[in-house]
Amino acid sequence: MSEMIRNAAGRMVPTHVNGEPVVPFQGVGKYQPQGRKAGPPIPTAADFPADGDKRVATLKEALVRAGLRDGMTVSTHHHFRDGDLVANQVFDAAAELGVRDLRWFPSAAFPCHRPILEHMKRGVVRWIEGSLNGPLGDYASKGQMNGVAVLRSHGGRWQAIQDGEVHVDIAVIAAPTADAFGNATGDRGPSACGSLNFALADSQYADKVIVVTDNLVPFPCTPWQIQGNNVDAVVVMDQVGVPAKIISGTTQITKSPDRLLIAELTARFIRATSLYRPGFSMQAGAGGTALATAIYLKEYMREDGVTAAFMRGGSTKYLVEMLEEGLIGAILDGQTFDLEGVRSMRENPRHVATSPFTSYNYHGKGNFASIVDFVVLGATEVDVDFNANVVTHSDGRMLHGIGGWQNCLTAKVTILPIPSMRDRIPVLVDEVTTLVGPGELIDVIVTERGVAINPRRQDLIDQATAAGMPVRSIQEIKAEVEALCGGKPAKPRLTDEVIGVVKWVDGTVIDTIYRVDTDK
Amino acid sequence: MTTARGSAGPRGPGVRSDCWISVELQERGGIELNVRSKVEVLYGASIRQQLLDGLRALEVEHARVEMEDAGALPYVIDARLETAVRRALPDLERELLPPLRIAPSATARDRFRRSRLYLPGNTPKLMVNAGLHGPDAVILDLEDAVAPAEKDAARCVVRNTLRVIDFLGAERMVRINQGERGLDDLNWIVPHGVQLVLIPKVESGAQVRAVASRVADLCATVRRQEPVWLMPIIESAMGALKALEIATAHPSVTSLAIGLEDYTADLGVQRTNQGSESFWMRSQVVNAARAAGVQPIDTVFSDVADEEGLRASVLEARSLGFEGKGCIHPRQIRVVHQALAPTADEVGKARKIVLAFEEAERQGLGVVSLGSKMIDPPVVKRALHTVQLAIATGTLTPTWREA
Repeated sequence: MSEMIRNAAGRMVPTHVNGEPVVPFQGVGKYQPQGRKAGPPIPTAADFPADGDKRVATLKEALVRAGLRDGMTVSTHHHFRDGDLVANQVFDAAAELGVRDLRWFPSAAFPCHRPILEHMKRGVVRWIEGSLNGPLGDYASKGQMNGVAVLRSHGGRWQAIQDGEVHVDIAVIAAPTADAFGNATGDRGPSACGSLNFALADSQYADKVIVVTDNLVPFPCTPWQIQGNNVDAVVVMDQVGVPAKIISGTTQITKSPDRLLIAELTARFIRATSLYRPGFSMQAGAGGTALATAIYLKEYMREDGVTAAFMRGGSTKYLVEMLEEGLIGAILDGQTFDLEGVRSMRENPRHVATSPFTSYNYHGKGNFASIVDFVVLGATEVDVDFNANVVTHSDGRMLHGIGGWQNCLTAKVTILPIPSMRDRIPVLVDEVTTLVGPGELIDVIVTERGVAINPRRQDLIDQATAAGMPVRSIQEIKAEVEALCGGKPAKPRLTDEVIGVVKWVDGTVIDTIYRVDTDK
Repeated sequence: MTTARGSAGPRGPGVRSDCWISVELQERGGIELNVRSKVEVLYGASIRQQLLDGLRALEVEHARVEMEDAGALPYVIDARLETAVRRALPDLERELLPPLRIAPSATARDRFRRSRLYLPGNTPKLMVNAGLHGPDAVILDLEDAVAPAEKDAARCVVRNTLRVIDFLGAERMVRINQGERGLDDLNWIVPHGVQLVLIPKVESGAQVRAVASRVADLCATVRRQEPVWLMPIIESAMGALKALEIATAHPSVTSLAIGLEDYTADLGVQRTNQGSESFWMRSQVVNAARAAGVQPIDTVFSDVADEEGLRASVLEARSLGFEGKGCIHPRQIRVVHQALAPTADEVGKARKIVLAFEEAERQGLGVVSLGSKMIDPPVVKRALHTVQLAIATGTLTPTWREA
């Protein structure tokens, strides 16, 4: 077991993770990276067919040609979300080839990847490094995975690849449309899912890149999102994904009257600030409350004659409607959440596919996230210092990935609309179970019981108060909720067994996830 | 060995913020608890202690207790436990009262009652945040929204809700059952801070007086000072014909409400959206209420998704003279308030009249005049009401005189 040290956030973190040394969190913006970016080996066109036809008959054969062997790191991507059909096939093929101890490095795992649990139990996959949702999160929570889960943001995943923290041996990219040279796009074809840009880093930095498609078009596939010059092989199969499943439950507008109340308060808060002005910008993620916020805000924008320069997101039909109505100048799209979003990206030049590099990567020459005026996010817990948690529940179990959440915190105003309690679970706590976002970056908590504004933001307190918003201290709301719930909740009993670490956007370790005592 | 058993509360995968509790009385062996809770880590120990304390308060010494908890708040757990024990021991005298969090308070007889949000009496998860949506009143419903077999359970939930949940200034109303059961309902609510009682299907002044008399007895017993207002609901042909008798039956009557489902059934006609079949009755109730000096209050609009239909319905009710509407979903509250808000024109006129009235008072004049016109006292009263309504709706600031 690794030695533990206290990081700048006061959290105990391991000095080594899965045998590799790691840097403890040093404070927001404090860690200065050294050295040069990683890079794949230099290829030569002499090794590739001059006619550009890189087709290989099967995925298995492509993996063999890519040199798949024990202990390698293989990546796949989540642009089909719960409708991905490729990752499972990759590990089925690896199992047939008798390969073992692979590290799976997905941009995110979903319930559809449950079969990979079997591959883990049989030793084909040794551990997963990536967002763990659903059954895989449960498995890792119980400490059953060999190796420690490393939770990164979308931007952090790019940073880890680019900085050489994670070396991808083979990247397998599911592409709704591609040509035989490997140029690929997600915005068209029978399985169109939108942007493929979660796979962009892998296409640039992995040793070997395999594009898998169910819609082969004659060269050139334009416009492309993945450049064929980075691709080793192209495999054609019947179906790479189920686009209908990119619509998850989190992309439906909430019907709950309490959530609608929170969304309305959030939109009113935005309207009350001085940053709400012609040409403002915003990111509203998926999640019913964030979507409802956008709908309320749309009414205010119409009423006030205020249009936004751009909105970032998770695109949905609601954002597309605003774009088409002229309320927003452009959508900078990191992930497409429904089929209207896919259509708009294909047809509308002002609906632009962005990548974790442009939007989020902290080890770049700036990124879009900090340019955004308002970001609206969720959280499982927030503490009295405005620190927030998105990866564990109050009972200590690891249940969610980070997504772009950490990366978005650098917006000018970071707003978390969250219920103050979920059934009998208080959401406002003394200290978060797991620290994922430092309180100095979180400005506003909007609950159904009032709006708590970080004391660091007197400007926002003044603006909201002047507009008659129900501004209250976070302690006051928390006390009210605890009175209803029957006192402060007990803390989960955690073992000292480390089952995961949470990386900050710069690759340092911000917190540790321990196994819950009752699990296993 | 004879054992008695009782259980209460919902169970199963869809349940939220509620719990199921079963109590099997034993002759010996003490208390055996078997608790499965979704909040085991956070509140498991506290829940077990609460059950033990509750059983002791109810003087149950030996029992096997089983619980399936989906995050019920403590006052709900108390209600389910008491109901389960009561079902095992129907003659139970003791009550399991959660500590009083809401101090009893009085409401004004003529306060706004524009929106009244109905909350089914046996569904605690809807209650905790109801006040946040800003209704003028909440109605904890013991009558139609509660299945006949759950009437006892709902009484416990409603009583505990009155003691514990802050509705943030909304008037605390309960709709009791019809007849004798309704009179018994009063035992569960009058000592616990209810502010207004809705009496269903009223057809005579005597019915109102029976409720008022039971309320008076209970108030005397528990030394309650604050008034308990009454709102009879007219929902039959006979009730409509006796509307004036009902409105004037007792000084605690503040308002007359109507129910159209039962009324149209009584007439043997279909209830329609344009409502010509109930036009006479609604006008009769408005006239009776006005004659008696109480508020006429309209029924609910049941299509939650149809905001425009609701708005039209409120505007029509307003044009007939109604001052309030029932709401069955929080989303309806704002639409009701907006539709009942005075127009800018009405507010403008009312402001002038109020200012003229205040000026006349300052100068000690007995007559209020605006320009060359004399203003009658009822017009002044109406203008004051309009201004208050505009302030309550947010279209006029409380400091409008300075503007």
